[in-house]
Amino acid sequence: MTTKKAAVSALGREMTGAEMVIEALADQGVEHIFGYPGGAVLPIYDALFQQSNRLQHILVRHEQGAVHAAEGYARSTGKVGCVLVTSGPGATNAVTGLTDALCDSIPIVCITGQVPTHLIGNDAFQECDTVGITRPCTKYNYLVKNIADLPGVLHEAFHVAKSGRPGPVVVDIPKDIQFAKGLYAKPKEIAHKGYQPKLKGDLERIKAAIEMMRHAKRPLFYTGGGIINSGPKASELLRELVKLTGFPITSTLMGLGAFPASDQRWLGMLGMHGTWEANWAMHDCDLMICIGARFDDRITGRLDAFAPHSRKIHVDIDPSSINKNVKVDLPIVGDCTHVLEDMVRLWRAGSGATEKKALADWWQQIEKWRARKSLAYRNTPDLIKPQYAIQRLYELTKRRDVYITTEVGQHQMWAAQFFHFEEPHRWMTSGGLGTMGYGLPAAVGVQLAHPDALVIDIAGEASVQMTMQEMSTAVQYRLPIKIFILNNQYMGMVRQWQELLHGGRYAESYSHSLPDFVKLAEAYHAVGIRCDKPGELDAAIREMIGVKKPVIFDCVVDPDENCFPMIPSGRAHNEMILGDAAESIDEAVTEAGKVMV
Amino acid sequence: MANGSTSHYPAAPAAQGIESHTLCVLVDNEPGVLARVIGLFSGRGYNIDSLTVSETEHEKHLSRITIVTRGTPMVIEQIKNQLERLVPIHRVIDMTVSGPAIQRELAMVKVRGKGDDRVEALRLADAFRARVIDAGPESFVFEITGASDKIESFVALMLPIGLVEVSRTGVVAIQRGPEGM
Repeated sequence: MTTKKAAVSALGREMTGAEMVIEALADQGVEHIFGYPGGAVLPIYDALFQQSNRLQHILVRHEQGAVHAAEGYARSTGKVGCVLVTSGPGATNAVTGLTDALCDSIPIVCITGQVPTHLIGNDAFQECDTVGITRPCTKYNYLVKNIADLPGVLHEAFHVAKSGRPGPVVVDIPKDIQFAKGLYAKPKEIAHKGYQPKLKGDLERIKAAIEMMRHAKRPLFYTGGGIINSGPKASELLRELVKLTGFPITSTLMGLGAFPASDQRWLGMLGMHGTWEANWAMHDCDLMICIGARFDDRITGRLDAFAPHSRKIHVDIDPSSINKNVKVDLPIVGDCTHVLEDMVRLWRAGSGATEKKALADWWQQIEKWRARKSLAYRNTPDLIKPQYAIQRLYELTKRRDVYITTEVGQHQMWAAQFFHFEEPHRWMTSGGLGTMGYGLPAAVGVQLAHPDALVIDIAGEASVQMTMQEMSTAVQYRLPIKIFILNNQYMGMVRQWQELLHGGRYAESYSHSLPDFVKLAEAYHAVGIRCDKPGELDAAIREMIGVKKPVIFDCVVDPDENCFPMIPSGRAHNEMILGDAAESIDEAVTEAGKVMV
Repeated sequence: MANGSTSHYPAAPAAQGIESHTLCVLVDNEPGVLARVIGLFSGRGYNIDSLTVSETEHEKHLSRITIVTRGTPMVIEQIKNQLERLVPIHRVIDMTVSGPAIQRELAMVKVRGKGDDRVEALRLADAFRARVIDAGPESFVFEITGASDKIESFVALMLPIGLVEVSRTGVVAIQRGPEGM
């Protein structure tokens, strides 16, 4: 049987389990799959080899990279990212990526090979309890022990991954099931017996929310990744609602781009390294309208002093996100798009805000906070400041079709502060899990989905070494990703905490024995650029943009720069410190407190 | 409290009152479903005081899990929401707040004794409406059903007489009235 025939009439057609995998992926609209072969997935790789270019397989260099690449692909397109790995170490290597996708609600379908069913539980070669290991780090997982179940499971996996609050799904397929023959069935509208996420918000509650918004004196929108996950329509509706109400808006790290950073109502990111105006507005608001965010500990700071004078509306598709950390006054369970649609309609139908004077005062207060220019830093003529590097990168790329990924640490926060996003799906960063090594493979996935775009991984020299091997993937598939390393020779965020909170005892945070990144790039047949002078930075960035190959840009920056503003640990939003006030944190830290880290 | 902390994380919330709740959970009876429920409890640090599970609707392959758990009201709400989020879970009903419900447990209690102890054991069993399901010259096994505290009382009374061991099913619960879950 040729796969071409199967494509013509796949309904009820007999084929092997391996062929079903290819067929189901194609039927689900998958064009690219990231993976790494091994013994327990050989039949699927054989089927991939014989299929007629419906699926392109991207060979990564480590399974963690496969999942991060699929995450970057998914986040920049809104589609499901797809992964194929072998049993045992293939599956365990994927666990970090799966956990990352779970924390950030990214739709992933990961197919894992498994030893033949008769060997399961037998400690066979490259066997591990994949469904057991991945149960807490997936939205759902399956072990397929019967060929008749395979087509339904594969289609259901996509449904579960992308519907409701998205997340990673693992389908574990034993090798004998890949060889077994059965009847393939096309995907149908899936009405899962138990799993039915609620999309429409309760209309009475939305009406109550609009009433609260009308009478608010110091309102604030606090939005998150849920807006992005809900699709581009949600961002459009959010913009409309902000415009209609005239309320200020801030967002989490995950939500950047849902609202344009150039808008006057945008206060910048909030939280531990958020802006002065965003955090003060959170602290002082009388009505918080939280849409698609989850009151994470990086956002709230000290809980008993979190927005003490506010009433809170919380819109989320996941009921378990509501009242988890912070008790809210009006919970609305539903998809952001649906709820925002109702909100816009109901607001339009009414007569607008009633507290016009109070709102004007509120904006005046916000402008005072904004005037503090909390992101300000002192530039130097001979050392590149990391903030300056991001600012120049932003200025020189902002008119292009640009996508940004990051690793985790100081560079990530500076990127969030100084790179401004106007559109959703342009910013891919590991928010929840904080996975160093995310950005490079994620950039591979993004570039694959957007071949003509400028894809930049804003990296740190420590993070990037965790998944550096994926440079080889980028080169193999001619993906011209740009790895922009802010090289401060430290695990910067660790160093910052050690400086501020541990008496400057820099335990193991120095990046010793760094490779020569230019030579490393060249060793991968990519292009290396090094820059350590502020005066040469613009030309070097332009050179990087001009190269049609993968580039590692070693941007040597001030090793001692700290990331501010910062809400010191265990403090409230109004106790945040600014760069110039860095010394004052010493007074806040006691020896006794250090045992709590 | 939190001032002066160098922890990366907010301080623990102030302690609130702990409540005990009985949850009935309707699930697809598929491999690993119990592991998902138990994993949720262990992974998120919730308590399980009692857990029973059995398939109750064979044709639909539905099992009913009854869980007795403890926590602050906020944690109890989280437990329910987190359970409802699991894909194979159909419904979660909190028997403690959903209206009048009946909760029962079955225990088998083995008691060893001779002479007056045997008479006393039988007399108490009668008072508790426990049945003798095994008897020998030196021992009885009683079967007792009822609310957990009734079983506790019975076991406590058997202890000085010669309690050997107890096997308990854990709590099962159902709502009063004509409506089903």
